[in-house]
Amino acid sequence: MPMPEFELQTLKEKARQLRTDIVDVTFWAGGAHIGGALSMVEILVILYYKFLNIDPAQPEWPQRDRVVLSKGHAGVGYAPLLARKGYFDFEMLRDFNKFKSPFGMHLDSLKVKGVDVSTGSLGHGLPLAAGLALGARVQKQTWRTYCILGDGECNEGSIWEAAMAISHYKLTRVITFVDRNKYCVDGATEAVMGVEPLADKWRAFGFDVLEVDGHSFAELEVAIQRAQQAETRPVVIIAHTLKGKGVYFMEDDVKWHYGGLDSDALARAKQSIDNMTAGKT
Amino acid sequence: MAEGLTWTVYDANTMTQADIYGEVLCAIGENDPRIVGLSADLAKSTKIARFAEKFPGRFFNAGIAEQNMFGMAAGLAKSGLIPFVSTMAVFTTMRAAEQVRTDICYQNLDVKIIATHAGISFGQAGTTHHCTEDLAIMRAMANMTVISPADGIETANAVRACVDYPGPVYMRIGRGFEPSCYGEEKYGFRIGKAVEMHPGSDITAICCGITVLQAMEAARHLKETDGLSVRVINMHTLKPIDREAVLSAVHETRRIITFEDHNIYGGLGSAVAEVVASSGKACAFEIVGIPDCYSLVGYPEDLYHHYKIDMDGIVEKIRETMGKDFEEDDDWEDEV
Repeated sequence: MPMPEFELQTLKEKARQLRTDIVDVTFWAGGAHIGGALSMVEILVILYYKFLNIDPAQPEWPQRDRVVLSKGHAGVGYAPLLARKGYFDFEMLRDFNKFKSPFGMHLDSLKVKGVDVSTGSLGHGLPLAAGLALGARVQKQTWRTYCILGDGECNEGSIWEAAMAISHYKLTRVITFVDRNKYCVDGATEAVMGVEPLADKWRAFGFDVLEVDGHSFAELEVAIQRAQQAETRPVVIIAHTLKGKGVYFMEDDVKWHYGGLDSDALARAKQSIDNMTAGKT
Repeated sequence: MAEGLTWTVYDANTMTQADIYGEVLCAIGENDPRIVGLSADLAKSTKIARFAEKFPGRFFNAGIAEQNMFGMAAGLAKSGLIPFVSTMAVFTTMRAAEQVRTDICYQNLDVKIIATHAGISFGQAGTTHHCTEDLAIMRAMANMTVISPADGIETANAVRACVDYPGPVYMRIGRGFEPSCYGEEKYGFRIGKAVEMHPGSDITAICCGITVLQAMEAARHLKETDGLSVRVINMHTLKPIDREAVLSAVHETRRIITFEDHNIYGGLGSAVAEVVASSGKACAFEIVGIPDCYSLVGYPEDLYHHYKIDMDGIVEKIRETMGKDFEEDDDWEDEV
């Protein structure tokens, strides 16, 4: 059954809000990993506003679903979402990156409510997700672990060590996303260190692979629902995305992997996000 | 190979520190469902396989993939369990160093790492399997507790103690057949509290791991032959170090020598030196260990002899240090 129009519009509005928050926090912070934060917006929004079994009033609730943002540099895209979900006051983000702030560009699970594990060093998230899932199994719990990888991050050997383990232990309650925005820091992934054929690699490691338009809520919804039904083979969702999505002067431009905005650029960025949401671009 | 002496990789270490660790972990696991185990294709060598056989649903072999293993351990700990993780010291502290630091220590997780084949205890294997850097690396990780038990009995005590000791613990044990220095288990083991193994007033030998027993024998020998009174301290916990034991030794014996199966930089000697230096008190001081080189190949006993951390070497180095000069300072009240 296709996603009802009302729900689709609600999610689109949440995505618009998150993108606007990302550019605001980037402005306050002086600089951030904005390109890869903008590319994963729909993945985070559909998880937090449709699928996750969580209670922001009880961040440590043992039965909650876990999220591992393995591409931890995109913390600037995650912290505002957690604030809007009610884990902490959004205004706290004005101190992002500043002296003694709980929020650095890579979020610390001991300082930021709602962050299940600290990430930032690439290649660490999927092993952590595997361990969380094993922990749930040992304790006979049914919560899921959602792990979001970057595509460049798939260069790391430890991702494939974890993929092997998730497949070996049939940890189907780990649902893995790859934010396939096609760029790492030094350039296009395929120029720096090619990850293709990426889907074949995951299949060879025992995963079922679902490839979707990572900015389509309808496609993400179907893929996540399918992943939740997995019984023996774990699922990876390769979400094809656009780095910098929503801000026309950042889209598909590697230099916006990391950057800062002045007030003029901030205004243009927000206008661009509004235009995209309204379907004007 | 002598006739009748046939053995395999699985039982070469009969009744070692690791054996005892395996047994103790099983006993703890019986009553504590939070305990889970991990290894990286070294379950049999590290003896965590005993736990695996008894609790198959609570043991996970990561295969030959240490980085993933320590990441998984962090995830298990985040889910509310207490993972005991065992592989060789060299792979723990170097292959997976960043996972130990970023996934486990940074998040201050209850992961207990029991690393085997530490130091040059696997001497025949060569430098790839030696680990003379682990104490230095682990000491530098915030939140980490660092323990080097002297023998199997102390290993049993330390394994039991670390279950409810908060945060990550790194424990290094050997491989071989090191004899015991303790006659029984009830000697008051406490993490962070050094044990005086032999009384003395002329010089203090501060030791950890396999050097403790060797120093005790050296102390007995020197009493008889030289009439020397050698205090031997078992500094089984390198971090947090027992400052009081070090400062008493400085005050009461004015000569300190450290012995360790580790590089002379960054390990026990450095930890003791940090305390001595900050006390502002002069004393004769010497660090004995692997002299900043990659160890030779050989049976551990031959290597311990070569690097002067067996009884003979310890006797020799203590005699040398007795001849060392230091600046006297009779007024202790102003500085300690």
